[in-house]
Amino acid sequence: MAEMALRIALVGNPNCGKTALFNQLTGARQKVANYAGVTVERKEGHFFTASGHRISLLDLPGTYSLESASQDEKVTLDVLRGQHRGEQAPEMIICVADATNLRLHLRFVLEVQQLGLPMVLALNMVDAAQRRGIHIDVARLSAELGIPVVETVAVRRGGVDALVKLVDQTASKIPAAAAALSGDLHQQVRRIMADCVSIPQLSDAKVDAIDRWVLHPVLGPLILLLVMFMVFQGVYSLGKPVTDLIGDNFDQLNKLVAGLLPDGPLRGLLCDGLISGLGTVLGFLPEILVLFFFILVLEESGYLPRAAFLLDRIMLSVGLTGRSFIPLLSSFACAIPGIIGSRSISNQRDRWTTILVAPLMTCSARLPVYALLIGAFIPAHSIGGILNLQGLVLLGLYLLGIVGAMVVGWVSKRLRPRDAQQPALIMELPAYRVPQIRDLALGLWERGSIFLKKLTGMILALTVLMWFISSFPNPPAGAIGPAIDYSIAGYLGKSLQFLFAPLGFNWQVTLALIPAFAARETAVATLATVYSVANADDVASLGHVLAHQISLASALSLMVWFAFAPQCMSTLAVIRKETGSRRQVVLSFSYMFVVAYACSFLTYHLVKAFA
Amino acid sequence: MRLSELGKQQTASVVGVEKLQADDAIAARLQDIGFVAGETVKVITRAPWGGDPILVQVGTSRFALRREEASRIVLQQGVQHG
Repeated sequence: MAEMALRIALVGNPNCGKTALFNQLTGARQKVANYAGVTVERKEGHFFTASGHRISLLDLPGTYSLESASQDEKVTLDVLRGQHRGEQAPEMIICVADATNLRLHLRFVLEVQQLGLPMVLALNMVDAAQRRGIHIDVARLSAELGIPVVETVAVRRGGVDALVKLVDQTASKIPAAAAALSGDLHQQVRRIMADCVSIPQLSDAKVDAIDRWVLHPVLGPLILLLVMFMVFQGVYSLGKPVTDLIGDNFDQLNKLVAGLLPDGPLRGLLCDGLISGLGTVLGFLPEILVLFFFILVLEESGYLPRAAFLLDRIMLSVGLTGRSFIPLLSSFACAIPGIIGSRSISNQRDRWTTILVAPLMTCSARLPVYALLIGAFIPAHSIGGILNLQGLVLLGLYLLGIVGAMVVGWVSKRLRPRDAQQPALIMELPAYRVPQIRDLALGLWERGSIFLKKLTGMILALTVLMWFISSFPNPPAGAIGPAIDYSIAGYLGKSLQFLFAPLGFNWQVTLALIPAFAARETAVATLATVYSVANADDVASLGHVLAHQISLASALSLMVWFAFAPQCMSTLAVIRKETGSRRQVVLSFSYMFVVAYACSFLTYHLVKAFA
Repeated sequence: MRLSELGKQQTASVVGVEKLQADDAIAARLQDIGFVAGETVKVITRAPWGGDPILVQVGTSRFALRREEASRIVLQQGVQHG
């Protein structure tokens, strides 16, 4: 049997380059999960040293201190002490510190040392320190701390060799923990800094120069707008074609399988249930990955906290935080990556509010429905020669979502319990860095697999359920209407109609809302089925039929419904996974239902009264 | 004076962090990240829209602080320059 792996924990301040170091050491051999009972990410990997020792490396959350109350810090402290449920205490600690920012990071090193575990210090980013003329007397630092100190450059090939060699030596005989320094930690840091480190310039001239532009009161927001525009352009021009390609291929596969099987429930289950469900899940993937890619680039480069800095005030006034910005921006493509992205918000309450409002951002799945209804009911009048009425209505629907989110955020702020953890910003703006391909690739892989692993099962199951209720029971012999009329879904549509009649929805529209719960865009196909429009892709003729069947008031009410309704069960599924709370799902669902119902009701009756 | 009142590009020396209540987590965090007596701080810039939050340099690090966070930090001006 192989020898037992040596358990090493990686700790350090945020922005010390710990994740890059972890990636460099373990490569793709990592496992991401959550710590038992909390939504703190647990990353573990392993590697072998030159003399064959197997090292199991745990990447603990980046924290500034072990004392404060945040969940990340509590987990870090509990794991290091061996008090976290299901976690064995590490046998050794690698503490990572940024060589350009030792004044801040050394205090944490001293604090971790007080735990009394064997420890080595990895002095990371020594290349950047050299460039800035920062000189560190490593031998003296090691002597003062009483622990081995190695220099590393986590982003360079071979940049961690010295660390691996040190781990190799210590693996066969772990040294005893050094006696921790006592007294005021800040005093100790000052003394060590004075003894071992010389810093010619406190701030980095390059960072200063970039920040002068990026944080400029007028140019800063303009640059941010440009960056947002480019991200969106990227999602649509890179992600959309692949999504369409996947959609087309699944349609082909569907037809192929349908041709091979006899007509019956098996064919229905395979084609309309499983294959189209899988198509939906995979169809999300390209756009989500492109979006994640851009977000990772912004994150790794250090721009993201700058964007949060610029927007914090505006977001705070509606009960959010500057850090909510990226998750909400992502939600314009799809709420799912937005909700997953909210992990970067450390304050629990801020994170929940962000998750609560993320589905109100107009995602790309609403567009086919809006396109159908706007095309059918809104005349293409031009206003003042430049603006188009159809375009204005679409813009209005986007704004409706944003304003809705602001109101919900504001209400949530009012309802914040007095004793809740106070919201804080206190956000470090790190030096700019060139994003590394390895870190981008591993980050993408990690997030993409979270999406696929956690959601595929749930979305597939729900799609199959949706297929089942839309196909059974079969229409009676001699039936003339489309099959869906006679199914459970058809029955539901008719029996739910009394609920939706006040919004101006007839039973056909009500029925279309049921599959829209699986994926919003399917409402278009369902309407085509119930109104017996032969070709669902023929949006113009479907629009023509609709314009005769429902009133303008009903159409506008339906658009408003789509802006707010708790649709898309994938979103609700991801809320469940990310918050670990059923209550949060129920809360999200019910408030959106109430808001959508009230707003559609108002729209329907106001338009009916005035038009 | 307090850090929230310090002008753009101005430098001052920290006297201490004031706790708003006994277990003020924000005050504790500010101390953890280096806002301790004797440390020099500099306001790099202020955010657009009302100048809140502010960007502060302490040691070799830069932190964005909201006004109510920065107002916990008591300063003594004109002691150090640089």
